[in-house]
Amino acid sequence: MSSNNFKKRHRAEKRFKAYGLISLVTAAIMLIVIIGSMIYKSIPAFTNYTLDLEVNMVSQSLDTDIEEINYRGIVRDSFFSLFPEVQDRSEKRKLSKLISSSAGYSLRDFIIENPTYGNKKFYFSVLFTDDSDLFYKGYVDVYLPEDERRLDNQEIFWLTKLQSRGRVESKISRNLFLNGDSREPEVAGFYGATIGSLITIFVTLVLSFPIGVITAIYLENFAIKNRITDFIEVNINNLAAVPSIIFGLLGLAVFINFFGMPRSVPLVGGLVLSLMTLPTIIITTRSSLQSVPPSIREAALAMGASEMQVVFQHLLPAALPGIFTGAIIGLARAFGESAPLLLIGMVAFIVDIPASINDPATALPVQIYLWADSPERAFVAKTSAATLILIGLLIVINLVAVILRKRYEVKW
Amino acid sequence: MNDQLNNKSLIQCSNVNVFYADQQALFDINLDIRENEVTSLIGPSGCGKSTFLRCINRMNDVIDICKVEGSISIDNQNIYDPEVDVVELRSRIGMVFQKPNPFPKSVYDNVAYGPKLHGRILHQEDLDRKVQESLERAGLWSEVKDRLHEPGTSLSGGQQQRLCIARAIAIDPSVILMDEPCSALDPIATAKIEELIDELKSKYTITIVTHSMQQAARVSQRTAFFHLGKLIEVGDTEKIFRSPEHEQTEAYVTGRYG
Ligand SMILES: Nc1ncnc2c1ncn2[C@@H]1O[C@H](COP(=O)(O)OP(=O)(O)OP(=O)(O)O)[C@@H](O)[C@H]1O
Ligand SMILES: [Mg+2]
Repeated sequence: MSSNNFKKRHRAEKRFKAYGLISLVTAAIMLIVIIGSMIYKSIPAFTNYTLDLEVNMVSQSLDTDIEEINYRGIVRDSFFSLFPEVQDRSEKRKLSKLISSSAGYSLRDFIIENPTYGNKKFYFSVLFTDDSDLFYKGYVDVYLPEDERRLDNQEIFWLTKLQSRGRVESKISRNLFLNGDSREPEVAGFYGATIGSLITIFVTLVLSFPIGVITAIYLENFAIKNRITDFIEVNINNLAAVPSIIFGLLGLAVFINFFGMPRSVPLVGGLVLSLMTLPTIIITTRSSLQSVPPSIREAALAMGASEMQVVFQHLLPAALPGIFTGAIIGLARAFGESAPLLLIGMVAFIVDIPASINDPATALPVQIYLWADSPERAFVAKTSAATLILIGLLIVINLVAVILRKRYEVKW
Repeated sequence: MNDQLNNKSLIQCSNVNVFYADQQALFDINLDIRENEVTSLIGPSGCGKSTFLRCINRMNDVIDICKVEGSISIDNQNIYDPEVDVVELRSRIGMVFQKPNPFPKSVYDNVAYGPKLHGRILHQEDLDRKVQESLERAGLWSEVKDRLHEPGTSLSGGQQQRLCIARAIAIDPSVILMDEPCSALDPIATAKIEELIDELKSKYTITIVTHSMQQAARVSQRTAFFHLGKLIEVGDTEKIFRSPEHEQTEAYVTGRYG
């Protein structure tokens, strides 16, 4: 009878292990599917088809200011020269829409950087528009009826012709990594949003980490236990559960409307996210302080350490790994947050790369939201690419947490 | 055994009452502890030995619900006087706990902690010498001299306890309080610590809580027997064990208690 009992217990244990394994495998498969599909979808975003144009700057007189030259016209002329048969004005306009409107600007930037090319004839590669680019990437179904495609037969004929002449080349998209947002998908990049996110999270870290840790230490070790401190404690715990959009509303009302801070800036974003992160940091810091064995505190006190010395020489060092973990979990959550940032205007269309806490900026999650909402087909891949970058940065943040935890781990 | 019987008393406790919230843990304790002697506190579990010991360095202050009444004087100064600086007081009293509790720092840093904390030693060589001297007096030097920079927590239990003793004596206290220092140790480590206590008493005044009658008999000159928060009897150890005045004491020391 008792052996039967043992068998039952072993079976129960095996069953439990099996459940655990099944849920682990399910979670792993889901993760792989999500990341895998994200990678697959993002592939087109990392390359761009470019056209090698023979640009003729010779006719430019030497005394024109290089900023004043009509670069757009030069690009267009050399592009048209590839299709001498196209003479009709409306056809020409259609033809010119195959290459990116950014081509003139990139030629201008190139000449300003390399003025010696200012009166030469040379090959210069310009971007195609997103639609042409998608055609080369095979995303345009030529068998669809003409009026259901983004490119008509004429355009497809031109693009094929260009390719057959060996003028078309696929290159890594530098714009994706180095640009801010843009209305043109082939020009848009997530660099601006990434920098915006990093500045915002830096503000969040600088504000919430010290304030949170000091608050936790005070509440845990110095505050007299009474009604007021109890009330504060309950409120901190409640704040941790408040939906993030509420913090956005608060930020809008307090920082922007009351204090008159500018909209769309990382400073306000960081302030709002700090409010959101503070409760997490306070709670985890307190629980890591509590988990330091009381015998250490007693030993230090008995040696004649003051309360503050006990905290800073013993409790805090021993609690550091836990504090770092909590802070980084809080920051990672803030990093992936978009709702509160929408409310304080960090959802604006911003082309420039922010350079300070007071420059208009957006954040990666908001950029993802914006791109996911854009009608252009090419933004689908960009959305996935930006998501991958966001996930990548979150992994980096978590790795930092692991390293810090290992580094400061205390062995009892 | 006892030719120092008439040492002058260093610590005088009079009418000490201790409360944990509403519950009284010690009742009217009057006890003198003599200089350069070992006094052992014995009694059944929960009778208030630790509580009494913690009164002497005011470690009970740390417990919010604990209230201490009466007076305890060390060197004729009432340590419960509001003017007394608790931190300064504790820097004169070493304490060794039941469970070894070295800091999660190196062996060296554990011992150097007190002297550095109180800023008494300024030069590195002096500190090195102090650490070595304390470890030697705690009988640990030969075992750890090659691993001074390993964590104190990596030592064995008995070594850790002797490290805690070294840490306590490194601040040159006048009084050492020990709360069942050997309860977690094997007989060999216990013997070492008992030997150590015997040596230390020439320089320090030691009060030790113990559950071992043999230990009390071996190391102490005076013994105090507590029961249910009251001090039943105090006297020379020999007398307490051979011919106690109270029946309860006799029952306890002969193992008939309970
Ligand atoms: N922190 C505390 N809070 C509340 N009551 C306490 C506290 N510490 C001790 N007590 C109570 O005070 C009484 C005396 O406890 P104490 O620890 O001094 O006993 P002890 O003689 O040291 O016992 P043991 O030999 O088991 O260590 C006990 O009834 C105990 O329940
Ligand atoms: Mg005790």
